[in-house]
Amino acid sequence: MTTTGQPDEEIINRVLKGDQAAYALILERYQNYVFTLVLRFTENREDAEEIAQDVFVKAYRSLADFRGDSKFSTWLFTITRTTCLSFLRKKKLDTLSLDNERTGIQVENRESGFNANLVEQKSKHAMLNQAIAMLSPDDAQVLNLFYKGDQTLEEIGKIMRLDPNTVKVKLHRARQRLKDKMEKYFANELREIHTD
Amino acid sequence: MSYGKYIRIKREQNHAPEYPFIKIKTMDQEIELRIWEFIDGHCNEVEKAFVMQKLAENSVWRSKYNELLGVHELLQKQELDMPSLRFTKNVMEEIAQYHVAPATKNYINKNVIRGITAFFLTMIAGLFIYFLGQIHWTSSSSNSLLPVSLDATKMNWSKLLNNSYINIFLGISAILGLILVDKYLQAKKNTGRTEL
Repeated sequence: MTTTGQPDEEIINRVLKGDQAAYALILERYQNYVFTLVLRFTENREDAEEIAQDVFVKAYRSLADFRGDSKFSTWLFTITRTTCLSFLRKKKLDTLSLDNERTGIQVENRESGFNANLVEQKSKHAMLNQAIAMLSPDDAQVLNLFYKGDQTLEEIGKIMRLDPNTVKVKLHRARQRLKDKMEKYFANELREIHTD
Repeated sequence: MSYGKYIRIKREQNHAPEYPFIKIKTMDQEIELRIWEFIDGHCNEVEKAFVMQKLAENSVWRSKYNELLGVHELLQKQELDMPSLRFTKNVMEEIAQYHVAPATKNYINKNVIRGITAFFLTMIAGLFIYFLGQIHWTSSSSNSLLPVSLDATKMNWSKLLNNSYINIFLGISAILGLILVDKYLQAKKNTGRTEL
């Protein structure tokens, strides 16, 4: 993840010694990662901000429990996941299973929206984000943790409380589903990518 | 020849590892799985050499590789979502109301754990002694292989509550229980003070 600047452990020690302002460095470093992960669960920016805020407050309050036997990001993403799950349980959002792809009316709406947006949003990144948003929260989270969160299969296993081999399978299937979605809805953009 | 058998024979010929954790349905999936492992750097030297050889010789493998590499690179370049500009300020304002909680291992009092252990051990030992006292030891038994006869219907259950040993046991348990409640209330009081 962020390799430049002060290492996480040093910042944490400063916070633990009472330098509360140093926590802003942690926030600055991880807020986008946490926010993106949360957004995969809620799809609503307001809820996502509320949850992400909750994650950082929880992390701050239990900072003394971070023993340093894993990466700080792994510890923080574990808090993120549990907070998201309890938020979903509390709000009983939709009836989507975490393992199921988004289906039915919701996807139909998204698809029509995507098709309308395609003309405006031609960028590869917008396409990728839209395709990821069509995956199940679990699939999207595995992809995010592996590609953007800089987490190994073992670390993702810790976060999701799964065996690394299961994570490997999940990662493979998530990429497969993502590719299927992109081929189905963004065939032209994909062709452009391959010809680049 | 069935497809499964064909795959097994091909694997034996190539000395390539199997993937017991993924149910492979088609030839395409088999190729994709191997290429993903290669791209992720998760395969061993033999497998790596095998994939490289296939990529050099086989156009199907090459085109699949380019396709998957495109998705892989796209995922790597994926942009993170950003929370609102006020996010950091909101979190810092919220954590200003709190202190970092002491590490869990510090406030879990070992004496409380010892007290609970002593409570259960005393209870188990008391019951064990009582039941031993109820057993009629016999030198020979006609129907049982065990040298004891324990008839639940003949056991004097009234002794359980009238026996002085049992009363002593209940007394000790009650004292231990009160100590535990006292410790719990003290700890709660102290935590409340620290938060203030």
